[in-house]
Amino acid sequence: MVNLTVNGRPHAVEAEPDTPLLFVLRDTLGLSGTKYGCGIGQCGACTILLDGQATRSCQIPLESVGSQSVITIEAIEQDPVGARVVAAWVGIEVPQCGYCQSGQVMAATGLLMGTPKPTEDDIASAMTNLCRCGTYNAVAAAVRQAAA
Amino acid sequence: MNDLTPSWPTACRREPIRNLSRRSFLGAATGALVLGVNLGPAPVGAGERPEGAAAIAPKPGTRVAAFLEMRPDGTVRLLSPFVEGGQGINTGLAQTIGEEFDLDPARFAVECAPPGPDYAVVNGLRMTGGSFSTRSSYEAMRRLGATAREMMLRAAAAKLGLPQDQLTTDDGRVIHGASGRSLGYAELAPAAAALQPRDDVPLKDPKSFRWIGKPVARLDMRDKSTGRAVYTIDIRLDGMLHAAIQHAPHLGTEPEAIANEVDIRAMPGIDSVHRLPGAVAVVADSWWRARKGAEALQVTWTSPAADGIATVSKTFSSAAMLGALKSTTESGIAAEQEGDVAGAFAKAAKVIEAEYDAPYLAHAQLEPPSAIARFEADGSLDLWVPNQMPELFQQVAAGTAGLQPAQVRIHSPMLGGFFGRHFYYGPANPFPQAILLAKATGRPVRVLWSREEEFGMDAVRPLSFARFRAALGTDGMPVALHTTAVGEGPIGRWFGALFKSPVDSSLVEGLDKKPYAIPNRRLDYVKVPHPVTIAFWRSVGHSMNDYFYESFLDEIAAAGSKDPFALRMALLKDSPRHRTLLQAVADLAGGWKGGTFQAEDGTRRARGVSMASPFGSETATIAEVSLKDGEAKVHDLWIAIDPGSVVNPAIVKRQVEGAAALGLSSTLLEQVVYEDGQRQARNFNTYPILDRQRMPRVHVAIVESGAPMGGIGEPGLPGVPPAVVNAVAVLTGQRIRSLPLAKSRLSGA
Repeated sequence: MVNLTVNGRPHAVEAEPDTPLLFVLRDTLGLSGTKYGCGIGQCGACTILLDGQATRSCQIPLESVGSQSVITIEAIEQDPVGARVVAAWVGIEVPQCGYCQSGQVMAATGLLMGTPKPTEDDIASAMTNLCRCGTYNAVAAAVRQAAA
Repeated sequence: MNDLTPSWPTACRREPIRNLSRRSFLGAATGALVLGVNLGPAPVGAGERPEGAAAIAPKPGTRVAAFLEMRPDGTVRLLSPFVEGGQGINTGLAQTIGEEFDLDPARFAVECAPPGPDYAVVNGLRMTGGSFSTRSSYEAMRRLGATAREMMLRAAAAKLGLPQDQLTTDDGRVIHGASGRSLGYAELAPAAAALQPRDDVPLKDPKSFRWIGKPVARLDMRDKSTGRAVYTIDIRLDGMLHAAIQHAPHLGTEPEAIANEVDIRAMPGIDSVHRLPGAVAVVADSWWRARKGAEALQVTWTSPAADGIATVSKTFSSAAMLGALKSTTESGIAAEQEGDVAGAFAKAAKVIEAEYDAPYLAHAQLEPPSAIARFEADGSLDLWVPNQMPELFQQVAAGTAGLQPAQVRIHSPMLGGFFGRHFYYGPANPFPQAILLAKATGRPVRVLWSREEEFGMDAVRPLSFARFRAALGTDGMPVALHTTAVGEGPIGRWFGALFKSPVDSSLVEGLDKKPYAIPNRRLDYVKVPHPVTIAFWRSVGHSMNDYFYESFLDEIAAAGSKDPFALRMALLKDSPRHRTLLQAVADLAGGWKGGTFQAEDGTRRARGVSMASPFGSETATIAEVSLKDGEAKVHDLWIAIDPGSVVNPAIVKRQVEGAAALGLSSTLLEQVVYEDGQRQARNFNTYPILDRQRMPRVHVAIVESGAPMGGIGEPGLPGVPPAVVNAVAVLTGQRIRSLPLAKSRLSGA
C-alpha cells in the first residue's frame, strides 16, 4: 500500500512502487481526465500539479510522490487561478478534439500560479504540450486572457 | 476522397421525400453490399407495394424518432449519424436541426447513433470523413428539423383545439399568439411522436436564419476544458481486464515461440498470455501490469521474406519503395486528358521536367488507440471502438466474433483526434484483438496500444511520387502539362470494390481538375502497391499532390520568367470564382509580394502562394517565411477558403487553422521511415510534430460564393506545403522536391 493525497483527499493505493502516477490516477483512482499520450514526457497530455508545479505524471513513479499534493484536472476549478484558466479556455473555444486540453489547462494553471503576469517568453517556455489539432494560437490567447 | 461526393442530398432537394426513388439510392445501395455493410432493408421506391419489414423501412435521415428525443427539461438528445472528433460536427448539426426545429442549439446533447439504416445519410452510406458530414447531410438535417417542428405544431393544435395555422413556435415552445397560451416541446413530444410525419414541410428562407451561418458556441467546450469529455480510452466496465500488445516487428509475421511465458504469467496481476494474429497479448488486472508483461515477452517470430517490396521484407525500406516508384517506366492509365499534348510538346519553345516525392506519414493523434469488447449472456457483443464508420466496424466485428451483425452493438465515443486514423485498416485496428481476448478470457477486455505500438502499427499516408513535364510557349506561358502519379491510394486499397474505376482517385486528386487554363493536359496513373498498411490522412491525396503540382507551377513560372502570383491570375482567366479567391488571399495578406524583402524585425523573408480545390471547396494560400539556422521559419499563413456557404464561421476558421498546422507539420518535420522492414520512429521524440514554437500566425478569410457547399475539415491543409516550399525557393534559390524540409539544410541565396 502506498499513501498519497490527490485533490485534497488521502488514498491508499495498491500498485507496484514504479507504477507511473499517470496510471494510478487513471486506472486505480478512476480520474480519467488526466490523459495518456506518449508515456515519455514528450506530449504533456498527462500534466498534473505536484505541489503546485506543472508536472508530467507519466514520469513520476508512485514511490516518489510521497507527501506532495497532487492536483488533477478534476479539481482544477476549485482553485481560483484554475477556474480563470478554464473560463478562458471555454470563452476562447480552445479545444478541438480536446484530448490534449486537460494537460494544456494544467500547464497554463501551473504557469499562472507561479507567474501571474507571464511574458510571451514565459508562455513559450511553459506551454510546450503537443496538440495535433493545432490549437496552439488559441492556447496562447487563452493564457493571456486568463492572466489579464 | 473527392469521388465520394454524395449525390443523395441533391436527389433530396429535387424530390419530395415520399417520391424519393430507389434509383437515386441504387449506386450507394450496391456499394453498401460490396462493402459488406448491412444497411438493413433497401428504401422503398414509389410505385412499389411494401410488405412486411420493408413497409416500415426508414429512409435515411427522415424518421424523427431515430434522431430526436425530447427530454422533460426542454433539452433534446440528438442521435447523430456522425462521429465527433474535434471538427465540431455536433455543434453544426445542432445548429442545422435547431434552426428548422426552432430550438436553441445550446440545448442539444449530441451522441453518436448506433448502427442503423436511419443514419445512412452520406450517399446512402454512413461514414464520417472526406469532409462530407455537413455538406452531405445539410438538406436532410434541415428537413428533419422542419418535419419535427411541424409535428409539434400539429400535436399542439389538437391539444389546444385550435387551427394549426394560428400557432407558431419560439425556441422549444408552441405559441398561440392571440391567447398567449403556449406548450413546451417536451410536453408535446408523446403526442407528436404518434403522428405520421409530413414530407412536404417547407424549409425556412435562409434570410431568416437565426443560428445557421452564425458563430454559435461549441457544445463541447466545457467538458473538454475540464477533463470530463469521455474518449474510448476513458471507458471502464465492471470486471474488465486490460490487455497490452507486442506486435510482430515485421508486418505479416506470426509468433512462433515465447521463451519466457511462464515467467510472464507469474508477474503480479497477470491473467493470461495469448497468441493473436501478428501479435502476442498480455492480459492483466491493470494496463500498466499488462504493459510491463508485454514488453518483457521474449517472442520469436516467423521470418519475413528475405527482400523485395511485395511484402514488408527483411530489407524493405521507404528508400527502396521510393526507388521502386521512381523506376517505373510504364505510361499508366489516363486519368485526365485534354487537347493535343504530344503536339504541344513538339512545338514547345521550352520544356521543363521535375520529379517530386512525399513520405509515409503517421496520424499521430494524441489518443492512443483502444477498444473494449464485452460478450453478453445471450452471446451478443458490445464493442466500444473509435471509428468513422459504425456499420463497417459492426460487419467486421461480427465476422471476428462469429456473430451476425445485428448481434453486435457498436458504441462510438468521441475521438481524441481524427485525421483519418479511424477507418477500418485491417491490422492497424485494435478492436479485433479485444474481441478475441474477450472471447478467450470470458471477461470484458480493453486493449490499449502503447504509443510505441501505435507508431509501429498505425496505417500511414502512402509515400507518393509524381513526374511532371511542361511545355512553354514563346511568351513563357505553359501550353501543355504531362503528369504521372505513381503509387497506391487508400481508396483503391480499402474501397476498391466499391469504386471500380481503374484510376485511384485518392492518388490523383489534387493533380486533376485544376482550374488553370493550360490547354493541353494529360495525367497518367501508374499503380505500384505498397506492402505496408496505408491510410486516409487529413486531405488524403491532396496532402501531397497539391504540394507537387503547385510547386511545379512555380517552376513553370520561373522558367517563363513570370511572377508566380501573376501567372496564376493569368491562368485563372476563365474562372471568376478562383480569381476572386486568389485576390482575397492577397488582400488578406496586405498584398502579394514577389521576391525577397526585409521584415520589420530585420529578417529576410519571402512569400509563396498556392491554390487547391479539395473536397468541393476552393482555397488560396500565402505563406511568409524566413530562414533560421538552416530551417524554414514560417511567420504567417493567410488562407482564403470558399466552401460555397458555411454553417458556423467560427468552427470553419478553427478547422482551417488546425488543418494548416498539420500541413505545416508535414512540410517541416514528418516522415515515417522504414529500414530493414521496420519503422524507425516509435514515439514523439523521434517522430517530431509541430509544436507551439513552430506555429505561425494563421489568418483565415471565408469567401461564400454561393457555390454548392464544400468540405471544411480538410481543405485548409493542401495549400500550405506548396506555399511554404515556394517561399523557401525564393529565399534559397533551391527547389525542394522531397518532403519534409527537415531533410534539407537550407541556406540563403
